[in-house]
Amino acid sequence: MKKFFQVVGFSLFAIVAFALFANYGIPKINPAPPPVEEKVDLGAMTIESFIALGDRIFNGKGTCTLCHNAVGGRAPMLDSVAAKAGERVSDARYKGTATDSEGYIYESMVEPSAFVVVGFGKSGTNDTVSPMPNVSTGSIGLSDVELKAVVAYLQDKAGSDVTVEIPTEAPADEEQEEGAERVVAKTAEEVIENYGCTMCHKIAAGEGDMGPDLTKIGAAKSREYLRRAILDPNANIAVGFDPDMMPGDFGDQMAASELELLVKYMADSK
Amino acid sequence: MRLVLFMKKYRFILLAVFILTAMVQVFDLPLSETPLAGVQEVMASTEEAPPSAEKAAAPTEEGVDAAAVAYPPAPQLTEADYPQVKGVNGRVFIWLAAQLHLWFAAFVLAVPIFVFIIEAIGMATKNKKYDNMAYEFIKVSLTAYSVTAIFGGLLAFGLIIFYPDFFKYLASIFKESMIAYALIFFAESATLYIYYYGWKWLQGGFRKWVHLSLGLLLNAVGTTLMLLANSWVTFMMSPAGVDPKGAFLGDSWAVIHNFLWNPINLHRVIANIAYGGSVVGAYAAYKFLTSKTSEDRAHYDWMGYNANFIAIGALLPLPFAGYYLTAEIYAYSQQMGITLMGGVFAWLFIIQAVLIGALFLSANYYLWCGMGRSEGAVRYTKYLKYIAIAVVGAFLVWFTPHTLVLTNAELKSLGGPYHKYLGPLGIMPAKNTAVNIMILATFLSFMLYRRCNKVATVSWETSGNAAQVALFTAGIINILILGIYYGYFTNTVYKVAASIPQVCTTLAVIILSTVIDTLMYKGSKEVAPLKWGAVPDRAQYALFLLAVSFTWLMGLMGYVRSGIRQHWHVVDIMRDNSPDAFTPTLGFAANMVSAGTIIFMAIVIFIFWLAEISTKKTA
Repeated sequence: MKKFFQVVGFSLFAIVAFALFANYGIPKINPAPPPVEEKVDLGAMTIESFIALGDRIFNGKGTCTLCHNAVGGRAPMLDSVAAKAGERVSDARYKGTATDSEGYIYESMVEPSAFVVVGFGKSGTNDTVSPMPNVSTGSIGLSDVELKAVVAYLQDKAGSDVTVEIPTEAPADEEQEEGAERVVAKTAEEVIENYGCTMCHKIAAGEGDMGPDLTKIGAAKSREYLRRAILDPNANIAVGFDPDMMPGDFGDQMAASELELLVKYMADSK
Repeated sequence: MRLVLFMKKYRFILLAVFILTAMVQVFDLPLSETPLAGVQEVMASTEEAPPSAEKAAAPTEEGVDAAAVAYPPAPQLTEADYPQVKGVNGRVFIWLAAQLHLWFAAFVLAVPIFVFIIEAIGMATKNKKYDNMAYEFIKVSLTAYSVTAIFGGLLAFGLIIFYPDFFKYLASIFKESMIAYALIFFAESATLYIYYYGWKWLQGGFRKWVHLSLGLLLNAVGTTLMLLANSWVTFMMSPAGVDPKGAFLGDSWAVIHNFLWNPINLHRVIANIAYGGSVVGAYAAYKFLTSKTSEDRAHYDWMGYNANFIAIGALLPLPFAGYYLTAEIYAYSQQMGITLMGGVFAWLFIIQAVLIGALFLSANYYLWCGMGRSEGAVRYTKYLKYIAIAVVGAFLVWFTPHTLVLTNAELKSLGGPYHKYLGPLGIMPAKNTAVNIMILATFLSFMLYRRCNKVATVSWETSGNAAQVALFTAGIINILILGIYYGYFTNTVYKVAASIPQVCTTLAVIILSTVIDTLMYKGSKEVAPLKWGAVPDRAQYALFLLAVSFTWLMGLMGYVRSGIRQHWHVVDIMRDNSPDAFTPTLGFAANMVSAGTIIFMAIVIFIFWLAEISTKKTA
């Protein structure tokens, strides 16, 4: 019986050791929740908020940065794609129908093989077939409005003129969704998730690093300061960060109760 | 009459040809081509892979129309469509039932494979020891068989209770194969019972051939069951034979033969054998530790050695099969591939490295301890420390993450998340190089073990040894150069291009060394009779670690295989809108896997106990 308990003890020790390593030996990462369709009020949309929507889709639902990043090198960087569109549409290898940067970027998302940047094609296709999926279908499934928002974002990112016009009305199925009453978030976590705060900030389960770390912001700043920082982000810029990074229209987008939930959450984060 | 004599004389070969032909039909192997052409075909299929289910399933207009009439699209569910049972989390229930079913199924499918081989060896060598060992192996798996069925039933009930619409959708597509599965399950049970209970009855002469043929049939039926179940799982990952909205197009073979089916099939067959070997090894280890007589210790030491041999034999090619599967996942969907290796699951592969390190170290350690059985081992023990250094070094490279876990201050002082020297070890070319060297080092351990009780009598022994040293040296240099050149001095796209020549190098070294060793030790002298049972108890704990690590690793990889579907029941076709659609954290998954492993081990101990009491006689 002694051997039996020794064997059981040894096996349990190995199992617990593996579990402890998995729990404490590697970083704790909370996978992103399943994406939710962002409710878009096209009537109230300014070009800045449209670009900000594109930013959120590019870095979130669109999963673009999964491949278009500086680390993996699996897809070309898109910082200056709008500026390069002209030379690409006149390239002999170009198979699409676009004539300008707006059309080229849109086409690249729905028909990625129309032009494949050298070195980024599928293996063995001599850069004629792109490994990128059509992002208007399948698991990414961006709508026409979302695709146009991404185009606006990429044009803006490249320093080019934003030529995209904000759609005045969504296609039939989107219109139906917009017609539904907007659901106001009931918890601070919902507000944080709905407004994509984690994209840039370390807050709640998010690990964003483009903006200041907000996990202990309540210890340093008052409620008034935090409220102003949401409504007018350029009023005070944290040391080490640039102005104009954060959308300035949260005051238009958020319900008053949502704003207060978020302010209280941050003030309590000490 | 001549035909009858011919068939009688070559019945085993004919049977093997028949089974191989059947397998070729099922696997669709490119045997009609040259081996090189076969590789090219695999490569071509990779290149032509559809980027998503949308293209994979792109139907003709005619097909869509037909489907619209015959089959509905996949249902779009809401939270309300997922029944809740108070106090029971549906996902956790399904997770545990599926995982436990898979562990036991892997075990009961693997054991008949090597029982068949051992029985055949026993027949060829006319050594009764092999036959007895094969019988003891199958006895252990018999009780596990019914437990597998119990967990299979639990899984099916769980799906019907917690995911009724999803199960209904799957059943509507796979109705033929599900019926076939149930019928084949009867055939599997009948064959297994005749095989086991007829063991003593079907002994000697032609009867033994009948028994061996039953073993082959048992394996063919068991493998077919696994292939069918695999198709349901891989359909969820790489759906085929349905239109973009999930409506079945009517071709049952198309939905089975989806893009990831064969890569999973190959990986699971090899992994099952390694896993079955490790569990039986744990059984032998326990029996060894509790043996009262030196005869029993010798018997179970021998049994443990054979089980470990099976586990290592299958463990060596397993990383290659895993790599092939991953490459095919990338080929099917780059997004899915990056989610697997570069997204939230990236850190899972560091946990995997720890487990594989534990597997390789315990397998090597067992072999090194086993050298104590031979008086001739002293000639080789001085080399073991170098093998240990190579295995540990390769493990550390595999274990090194690309991105380090750092505080802000550390990040600033380092100038980024990548360490100057350790960072380059975090990418795939370094890992591929490390795993190939780890495999070669383990093979070297095994070769030395095989040699330690032999003295070669051929005149060219010195030249043969020199050739083997040259082979290993050239192989390792080639693997290093390929990994370094392609990994660090070429475009990103070609970074993993070295993997195939690296694998070929490793296989070439293993095959050529085996050929040289076999010829060199043909007609060799024995140093002294092997002292079976003369191994330290701690060697048996290496076998336990092997079984526990394998079980845990299978659970972990099951989590990631399922997890890369993210919030989809069927990728791109049927979304999971249940409250549990989110991907659980690695920590939570590790706790689930640990709980499952403990349950599995507890049941396995119970099964071992049953096997033991079945041999006891009343006073």
